[in-house]
Amino acid sequence: MKTARSDGDSFVLLGGVPHKPRDDELARFRFRVAFAAGAVVLAFSLLIGRFVFLQVFQHEYYTTRADDNRISLVPIPPSRGIIEDRNGVVLARNYSAFTLEITPSKVDDIDRTIESLEEFIEILPKDKRRFRKLAEESRPFESLPIRTRLADEEVARFAANRYRFPGVEVKARLFRQYPLGPIAAHAIGYINRINKADLETIGEMEQSSNYKGTEHIGKTGLEKSYEFQLHGGAGYEKVETDAGGQAVRSLSRTAPVPGDKLTLTLDIKLQDMAEKAFGDRRGALVAIEPATGEILALVSMPTFDPNLFVDGIRSEDWDMLNNSPDRPMVNRAINGAYPIGSTFKPFMALAGLETGKRTPNQAFFDPGFFTFGRHTFRDDKRGGHGMVDMYKSIVQSCDTYYYALANDMGIEAIARFMKPIGFGGKTGIDIDGESEGVLPSPEWKRRRFRQPAQQKWFGGETISVGIGQGYNAYTPIQLAQATATLANDGVLFRPHLVKYVTDARTGEKTMIEPEPLRTLPWKRQNVDFVKKAMIGVNREGTGARAFAGAEYTSGGKTGTAQVFSLKGADYKAQKLKQELRDHALFIAFAPAEQPKIALAVLVENGGFGAQSAAPIARMVLDYYLLGRQPDGPARDDEEAVEGDEE
Amino acid sequence: MDMRLIRRLHARLIENIDGPLLAIALAIVGFGLATIYSATFYAGGRTVAQVMNLGVGLLAMWFVARLPPQKLMRFAVPLYVVGVVLLVLVFPLGVKVNGARRWLSLGFTRVQPAEILKIAMPLMLAWYFHKHEAMLKIRHYAIAGLLLAVPFALIAEQPDLGTAILVGAAGFYVIFFAGLPWKIIVGMIVAGAAATPFVWSMLRDYQRRRILTLIDPSADPLGSGYHIIQSTIAIGSGGPFGKGWLQGTQTHLEFIPERHTDFIFAVFSEERGLAGNCILLILYLLLIVRGLTITARAPTLFARLLGGSITLSFFTYAFVNMGMVSGILPVVGVPLPFMSYGGTALVTLFLGIGILMGIQSHRMLVKQ
Repeated sequence: MKTARSDGDSFVLLGGVPHKPRDDELARFRFRVAFAAGAVVLAFSLLIGRFVFLQVFQHEYYTTRADDNRISLVPIPPSRGIIEDRNGVVLARNYSAFTLEITPSKVDDIDRTIESLEEFIEILPKDKRRFRKLAEESRPFESLPIRTRLADEEVARFAANRYRFPGVEVKARLFRQYPLGPIAAHAIGYINRINKADLETIGEMEQSSNYKGTEHIGKTGLEKSYEFQLHGGAGYEKVETDAGGQAVRSLSRTAPVPGDKLTLTLDIKLQDMAEKAFGDRRGALVAIEPATGEILALVSMPTFDPNLFVDGIRSEDWDMLNNSPDRPMVNRAINGAYPIGSTFKPFMALAGLETGKRTPNQAFFDPGFFTFGRHTFRDDKRGGHGMVDMYKSIVQSCDTYYYALANDMGIEAIARFMKPIGFGGKTGIDIDGESEGVLPSPEWKRRRFRQPAQQKWFGGETISVGIGQGYNAYTPIQLAQATATLANDGVLFRPHLVKYVTDARTGEKTMIEPEPLRTLPWKRQNVDFVKKAMIGVNREGTGARAFAGAEYTSGGKTGTAQVFSLKGADYKAQKLKQELRDHALFIAFAPAEQPKIALAVLVENGGFGAQSAAPIARMVLDYYLLGRQPDGPARDDEEAVEGDEE
Repeated sequence: MDMRLIRRLHARLIENIDGPLLAIALAIVGFGLATIYSATFYAGGRTVAQVMNLGVGLLAMWFVARLPPQKLMRFAVPLYVVGVVLLVLVFPLGVKVNGARRWLSLGFTRVQPAEILKIAMPLMLAWYFHKHEAMLKIRHYAIAGLLLAVPFALIAEQPDLGTAILVGAAGFYVIFFAGLPWKIIVGMIVAGAAATPFVWSMLRDYQRRRILTLIDPSADPLGSGYHIIQSTIAIGSGGPFGKGWLQGTQTHLEFIPERHTDFIFAVFSEERGLAGNCILLILYLLLIVRGLTITARAPTLFARLLGGSITLSFFTYAFVNMGMVSGILPVVGVPLPFMSYGGTALVTLFLGIGILMGIQSHRMLVKQ
């Protein structure tokens, strides 16, 4: 009596009789089920046994342990490592101060409590706002600061009334301080309260135990990248507590291990002087010691005061920093990618020599333009430079010479030559936030664009690459690294900010060894020739006005980069006129015979390189080589008309 | 007219539902919700979220319960293959969280491929034995062992020993019920004991640390030893009848870590005492007995093996978790079934319940 089921299933009902497998198989299976049930009962009995042991026989013991949980472990956070410059000037340190703290879970009415506290201690509206923000982000049993840096009288007044405020405490805490404020803030970075994302990172690094009791963590710059060295190791104290959780007696103590000290490669006086030289201009400067890759100055202007962040930044300050059209939080030196204009030419010249496409003496006639197909590329100098050889092309910054050179070399060969000098790749500096920039090549274009029409490389695009325009976009640190490599005859170092790390207990120093990343196979005579031409720039060419009367020999190259609309629309509307000005660039090394410093300067919307960037470079070199202190910010050289030079 | 419609709807709604199984599971979930509330009410409660997880779980159970076990067989091979492929992909593409690669990012969400194997493993092995029913040779057990070993090794390598053990156990139960000869079982136990030193050398640092912590919790008082010390204090101080709901000092003074997830049993035990523990164990026992009863009555080998493995998996979860929290097993990340907070776990558990119900309600049906 088979009946097909209406829902289309291919099953039949067998008159309600269950299907029967072979009896012996079923018996064996049922025996195993019974066996499993027995095992389950046995295992559960084991658990019951354990529970009886804990909850009946050991009940009293555990009750005493839980009742007042008398003995608790209080983690002692280590003191954070100090940061100093290459000459021992302290850039980040800690100081101890009293804070007034509230544990929300122990307080019934927080608003009333704060109101009563104001009788003894001044609490400003901004303190209250910050406290509320912290309370939202934290768990209720965490002790949170309502006021920091209490005066001694305030501590005394509160102590006399302490009994009125359960859940409110005065605590001595270590605070981070950056004594020099905004100077080198982008390099040093800052610390701030630990948030959820930080907790995850700490977990990943298996550092959770070590960070119990620690409230702050490095958020940017060296404070972030050397976080685990700076932090140190937590200690803990076994304390006996009363019923309210207050520590009454210390039983034993394992001391924390203080964080390591960082000694930087930065020369903070040079840094300070270079920042001042910018005045209120926006831009970046990177100075490197060519023989080691040590960064002597890493300037990004405008800068900001990292002290604002230490206890949780006030929203007014944050809005101001974040909404400013000058974008002070961006580290232009490593994160900003700019077309570098004519400062690209010395490297192009070297490429021409190394690939055999040019010899130093080969001269061309420059009519003031270069034609490619039906397109005309103009030189900045009307009527052209006349007969131009390689020396003159660098000294006078002739565009036409490089249009032709780029065309002869082809984009692939240019990219092949520039890549090992570090153009279009991260330098590996020891802080986060570096961008790669763009080293243009057909392959880059294929990756960059989606549509096949845009993916193709056009021969015409190669031409403007030759003068550092077009798709070229490099960070100031890449440009400084390339200049240092040229000054160093092709030996390339990873630029770095930390010279050595000192173990705070043993005093043992770990050097960040200056190991060359690679040695480029450049012919000595070619490098010497390009350097000679760059010396010519500062003696008789586009850099000559800025370097008039210098008491040392230096090599340089000016650059002016057409501004692309890289920024947001607001920015443009606000500063339309200035926004249209070109970026000014200058690269230099000195003394030319044995370079001790190589640098790249960029002034955003600074006009011509000779006009605003070269004077800054001159000041920095004068200070570093001669110890000459400038009397104010660098002045624009309004008469430096680069129009007919670049 | 309306009444008849409602009655028909009702009949349709419950036709595949096994009353006792659902009642027991819901009773445990009820205890779980009360405990989750106690553990989280003052810090952004999770109770409502868990009720929603329960809703999804029940829906999943209802759908699966409608499927005859024979239909599940079709999913066995694809689900297993997909699961294993994803497990392999975790190594190059996985997201690293807390030092282990367990998650695979799908862009909009992250999945843990090991979770798939919790169901796919017993399905696959049950299907395999069913296919070779009545002509099982030693080599079939060997192949089944291989099918088990590959995902097990992949999961253990992530590393996620807790899940690896659960998946391994689920697979082993199938092989056991399929009639793996006792001689081999005993031989494996002897070989396992002999290989202990070798296994020890294979374990990762954190896994060794957890086992050492079990022997001497005070060795790492700020780290994992802290968890065991505090949860043991919670259980012990609960005493015979507990401190009462919402009264657990260990819980509310934040001494217990992972209060609403893996260590929820410490909260329950502190507040309900030995009496509560016994009730909970009895509920789990009833759940297992009901599951095994359904299994013993199942019509096909596939259904028997699958049902047996799922039922014993409930046992494994409960035993490993309670053993860990009370300090007789090392700390591995295993939730307490039907109690711990967590959507994925709860839905997976109710899928298991749904499969058991499907086996129960379709026992009169065999394939044509």
